[in-house]
Amino acid sequence: MDKNTPIISIDHVSMRFNLAKEKHESLKEYFIALTHGGIRFDEFFALKDVTFDIMPGDFYGLIGLNGSGKSTLLKIISGVYKPSAGKVTVRGSIAPLIELGAGFDMDLTARENIYLNGTVLGYTPKYLDSKFDEIVDFSELKDFLDVPLKNYSSGMVARLAFAIATMTKPDILIADEILSVGDFLFQQKCEKRMAELMSGGTTVILVSHSIEQIERMCNKVAWLDHGHLRRNGPTAPIAAEYRSFNKADSIPAEKTGAETK
Amino acid sequence: MLTIKKSFASFWKYRYLLQNLITRDFKLKYRRSVLGVAWSVLNPLLTCLVMWAVFGSLFNARGQGIENFPVFLIIGQLLFNFFRESTSMAMESVLKNAPLLRKVYIPKYVFPLEKTCFALVNCLFSFVAFLIVVVVTWSPVSFETALLALYPLVMLFFFSLGIGLLLSALYVFVRDIMHIWEVFCTLLVYGSAIFYDPRQMMGWVQAVINLNPIYWYITSFRSCVMWGEGLTASMLLVDFLCAAVSMALGLFVFKKTQDKFVLYM
Repeated sequence: MDKNTPIISIDHVSMRFNLAKEKHESLKEYFIALTHGGIRFDEFFALKDVTFDIMPGDFYGLIGLNGSGKSTLLKIISGVYKPSAGKVTVRGSIAPLIELGAGFDMDLTARENIYLNGTVLGYTPKYLDSKFDEIVDFSELKDFLDVPLKNYSSGMVARLAFAIATMTKPDILIADEILSVGDFLFQQKCEKRMAELMSGGTTVILVSHSIEQIERMCNKVAWLDHGHLRRNGPTAPIAAEYRSFNKADSIPAEKTGAETK
Repeated sequence: MLTIKKSFASFWKYRYLLQNLITRDFKLKYRRSVLGVAWSVLNPLLTCLVMWAVFGSLFNARGQGIENFPVFLIIGQLLFNFFRESTSMAMESVLKNAPLLRKVYIPKYVFPLEKTCFALVNCLFSFVAFLIVVVVTWSPVSFETALLALYPLVMLFFFSLGIGLLLSALYVFVRDIMHIWEVFCTLLVYGSAIFYDPRQMMGWVQAVINLNPIYWYITSFRSCVMWGEGLTASMLLVDFLCAAVSMALGLFVFKKTQDKFVLYM
């Protein structure tokens, strides 16, 4: 892969949500609202005109306070959301670790879930066969393979999910605050695995509220503030600035009231 | 052309997911039941028995003038059940998988498609019930044209898939659809000639029932399997057209609205 082409280009991306004051989930409610003078939406920009590139091999950290748009950005990159404006170009395969165990069925056993979740991520059963032992080893769940997942502890579920998502060498690994689950030994193991993937050329995007973790692991960061990209670039100076950040300095989010009749 | 190629490539990539989801549904459906898959056969068989008893004794119209009434009944019952099951399961499928769709990218049509396939697999299992009825009542079956019955079955599959896609998209935005559909299906039971032959009815009733696609699929099937008459030109045409229109409508609405799904789930 060309080292000088960005693996992910985020180009003037905005994401607008309609904060429906009243949510109409049934026809009756909808018509009542309609007769009472239109349906009101408050438009809210979770992301506003964000532009930056991620190069192959980067370990990119996303920082920002709660509600600054970090998760929204990750979801746009992984294709869950379509941006209301702008474009994201991704060159490569993505393994999303947005909330562990998203693709699990709690009624199925671990064995069955490995195949189900693996195919959710787009792998073939044959490939999963060949990686099966590796997944089981990494997650340390050999004795619980045929137990339904609903009887697992949350840490066990997290271990299994992490093992499935990282057993391949994806081009891009997206991790949303996953390392906050599991005990410290498992966290160390995860960090080690991510470092391994990195050395194999995987680009990682990490969201974390732990600035220490970001400083330790990431070479670049992007700082989001109420949907605006405040700073991006090498970690050290931005992390330092983020530490001394005062909430009063933040850029207010963009909001408009729109009325549709 | 390129988009068709692209969407097919993505479908091909996710074929194993489809397969895994169907297996999961099957496993979970019969987990902790003693008779397991046998229920796929017993259920339509018992329902058929109830209907036969009701229309036999209560209304004293044991399919008067209809030859091989039990076979007639179970064909209607099986095909209609497939339609009702697949569409109602498909309707809820997208919303039920909201936790997944909010976190990982998967083509969203996978879920209604999976439910329709699952219902078809179920329906094929249930055809054992049909065989049992045929053997027990020792009714004649026209083997020469029986294979032709695949045509209405396949067309019914696409017809149901189209409706399923449409309903699953609408259901994300308006939850009332579920209740409306339930009532509508009940109405459809009486309008699909499951336990009567509309040819014995008054003219205007016949005309109304002729507007019902399900009736056409059931009748085409019966014509192949029971009456040995094969498929008439109008059957071929109507079966196909209904499926095509339903698919076009379903795909169109689904494609138009799918980017907004996550915002409403």
